[in-house]
Amino acid sequence: MSVDKDTVRRIAKLARLAVAEAKLEPMAGELNGIFKWVEMLGEVNVEGVPGMTSVVAQKLKWRRDEVTEGGNAEALMANAPGGEEHFFTVPKVVE
Amino acid sequence: MSDLISLTLAEAREALTAKEVSSRELTSAFIQAIEAARPLNAFITETAEKALLMADASDKRRAAGNVGALEGLPLAIKDLFCTNGTRTTAASKILGNFVPPYESTVTQNLWSAGAVMLGKTNMDEFAMGSSNETSAFGPVFNPWRSRGSNTNLVPGGSSGGSSAAVAADLCLAATGTDTGGSIRQPAAVTGTVGLKPTYGRCSRYGIVAFASSLDQAGPMAKTVKDAAILLTSMASIDPRDSTSAETAVPDYEKLMAGSIRGLRVGIPKEYRLDGMSTDITALWDKGGRWLKDQGAEIFEVSLPHTKYALPTYYIVAPAEASSNLARYDGVRFGYRASNPHDITDLYERSRGEGFGAEVQRRILIGTYVLSAGYYDAYYSRAQKLRTLIKRDFEQAFEKCDVLLTPSTPGAAFGIGAKTSDPLEMYLQDVFTVTVNLAGLPGISIPGGLTADGLPLGLQLIGKAFDEGTLLRAAAAVETAADFKAKPAKWWTA
Repeated sequence: MSVDKDTVRRIAKLARLAVAEAKLEPMAGELNGIFKWVEMLGEVNVEGVPGMTSVVAQKLKWRRDEVTEGGNAEALMANAPGGEEHFFTVPKVVE
Repeated sequence: MSDLISLTLAEAREALTAKEVSSRELTSAFIQAIEAARPLNAFITETAEKALLMADASDKRRAAGNVGALEGLPLAIKDLFCTNGTRTTAASKILGNFVPPYESTVTQNLWSAGAVMLGKTNMDEFAMGSSNETSAFGPVFNPWRSRGSNTNLVPGGSSGGSSAAVAADLCLAATGTDTGGSIRQPAAVTGTVGLKPTYGRCSRYGIVAFASSLDQAGPMAKTVKDAAILLTSMASIDPRDSTSAETAVPDYEKLMAGSIRGLRVGIPKEYRLDGMSTDITALWDKGGRWLKDQGAEIFEVSLPHTKYALPTYYIVAPAEASSNLARYDGVRFGYRASNPHDITDLYERSRGEGFGAEVQRRILIGTYVLSAGYYDAYYSRAQKLRTLIKRDFEQAFEKCDVLLTPSTPGAAFGIGAKTSDPLEMYLQDVFTVTVNLAGLPGISIPGGLTADGLPLGLQLIGKAFDEGTLLRAAAAVETAADFKAKPAKWWTA
């Protein structure tokens, strides 16, 4: 599997990452180097091996489905790059 | 007290208890040292004012007889831990002005124990790097230089500001985080002690997430005992982190005391790489002899899937990172691109302008391996490899109590020496990354100097939640190594 310029453009779109046109080609080269190296995983027989879902033997904790924190809208808005009162602002999304 | 800043954490604790020094005096000495060491660029944010307020409050508590486990002890905090009211950047432009309205559990535990915050240390952006060179706030210089050389070297990474700060006596100890080696590798190349605890031992709440199944916070210190003291306060059972272990936190300082007679030490043969430097192999052999001389039993073990650990990591970690970093979209917090023409443009340019090159590379790798058509070939297979890597350790630990390996493939390298080839940089973590994949605790202890006078570390790997035994073995290595070397303070000249 080889990554080309169009693939990088497509992944960048999926990742919502603006990558300059001039950087697509070098990035494809770098990613190919990395994926080529990763290909060695193909030589291992993983038949019947379960994928890891938890690195330590532990059952995930449950908690009651209830509000534990809240009422701190001011604090949550304090870092917003755009906001009015208790709303985050974004460019118009509806025509 | 003449040289306050060169005290260990344990010595400073004694001096405070004996009232030979106040927290304010101690804290002031470190603030001066930090100011004088600005050429190292170890801190992103210095918090001198806050430190003095915390020190004064600590002195008052002490006078009132209310003394916490870390009462009055000044520490440096990696800029990945959210600190309420103090800017937390993850060394990224995208969080350049972020001031958290909450405190990470680990730092809260430290302040509750009476510790004082000196500032937030530099690091690789989002903890992605092994040299501190991906920081949006510039590289950190290692306090160590080769004998007779003026060339600046990297302090390791990602916790490079923390390792440099500890090595240069800019704090008593520091916090770090370790996803693939980010505590142990910088500790090794700066002649300091760095401990990555078992996954789940320290809460991840309030630590800017990189790869959630691998990330773990831990102490970086001048001695093994200091690391034990710090871990005892950092670790906790936290309802705010669903993966925080429900295991009571012991007093690691007590657990680390005692002999290693009869300790079974495994030497994994797969860690002996072709072309490994003689400095490293000689130190590794010496480490085995040091433990044997103190009554441990040394034998070879096999971890057959070792060579697959690094490529497995470079699928799993970017996959998790691409998901975790989706939250940086220029809407709720962080950097926002100017004059976006629509919402997609806002997302794409905020992220494209806010993230640095290495972070973008990893987001792209992660997005690719999780995308339709490639998920099974890459991510699914990597998760299976991870199971096999963990099984290797489980089988080895049926025969032994700890494993002894080198911490890094070499000593500190020059600024810019490995930035052109991502793979070469990734290889820095070849000995440390297995431990994260298996969720185990690992510690790097200074072992000696290269022929050029640069520090090298030895790594010990322990069983899950057996940090006590790990620290005891580490203390034995420390005693035998008797590493007393200090870097020349060229930065104050």
